[in-house]
Amino acid sequence: MKHIAKIMAFLMAVTAVWISLLQTKMIPQSHTWLLPLYFIVSLGCYGLLMVGVGLMQFPTCPQEAVLLQQDVIEAKQFLKHNGVDVGTD
Amino acid sequence: MAEQQNKNRYSIIVPTYNERLNIALLVFLVFKHIPDVDFEIIIVDDGSPDGTQDIVKQLQQVYGDDRILLRARPKKLGLGTAYSHGLKHASGNFVVIMDADLSHHPKYLPHFIKKQVETGADIVTGTRYVKGGGVHGWTLMRKLTSRGANVLAHTLLWPGVSDLTGSFRLYKKSVLEDIISSCVSKGYVFQMEMIVRASRKGYHIEEVPITFVDRVYGSSKLGGSEIVEYLKGLVYLLFTT
Repeated sequence: MKHIAKIMAFLMAVTAVWISLLQTKMIPQSHTWLLPLYFIVSLGCYGLLMVGVGLMQFPTCPQEAVLLQQDVIEAKQFLKHNGVDVGTD
Repeated sequence: MAEQQNKNRYSIIVPTYNERLNIALLVFLVFKHIPDVDFEIIIVDDGSPDGTQDIVKQLQQVYGDDRILLRARPKKLGLGTAYSHGLKHASGNFVVIMDADLSHHPKYLPHFIKKQVETGADIVTGTRYVKGGGVHGWTLMRKLTSRGANVLAHTLLWPGVSDLTGSFRLYKKSVLEDIISSCVSKGYVFQMEMIVRASRKGYHIEEVPITFVDRVYGSSKLGGSEIVEYLKGLVYLLFTT
């Protein structure tokens, strides 16, 4: 099943639940009509939260840049010695 | 601890365009970090005007032309086709794909190999976004777009891997051949399509943390229109995977 089909199926199930809620009047109508809006807003907030948290926790590795520079020096030395052109770019 | 003899052969495919200096550094580092592994490096150069191919020939003098294969193409023909082209010449039973600009450090090659041997995975993909991994040299804006893109892709696609656009990966050769034939996207979306299709097909995918230092030499090929392409790619993957 294509992924979009899975998402559509999920949305249809949620919509069916919502319609049945509208009909059984368990929750006051005014609230029920707003449920889709709450859902979308929550989804948006969740997304923003995930982006924010991810951004704060973004793993960085400044020490790797230093190590890489050392590797580059070692590599250039070996290659120059063996006849590979590693002259200034 | 004695290591079991690894009888696998690894074909490392490196697409290049104007990577005259980086490719030499990369080759040195590969030989440095997996000296006891049976491997070959397949360099797919798209007609670089800066003389990358001349450097590759010099490297062949040093390391042997049975270990370093130059399989060039006349001009820039895209990443996906570069991999397919390299794949045709790959004699290994495993294939590694990695970038030429040293953002993918060869020191992680043993980690990929070990992970695959331990788990029997079909694909081992490098991830920058977990503990033990990381990036360096990214501006806040780039981190933001990366994170935003990731959250969006995860919400829409449920891909099962943490780093969708990463291109440092180890594949079983048969698995790569299977997936690559069904992928049509370009650029970053191509990498996403590969891993999402693999996930959908039920292949066993493992992840290994990697660090990614943004390119040291040369100009980065990341542009603004990539964002539009990315979004189009997401929608495409949503409907076709």
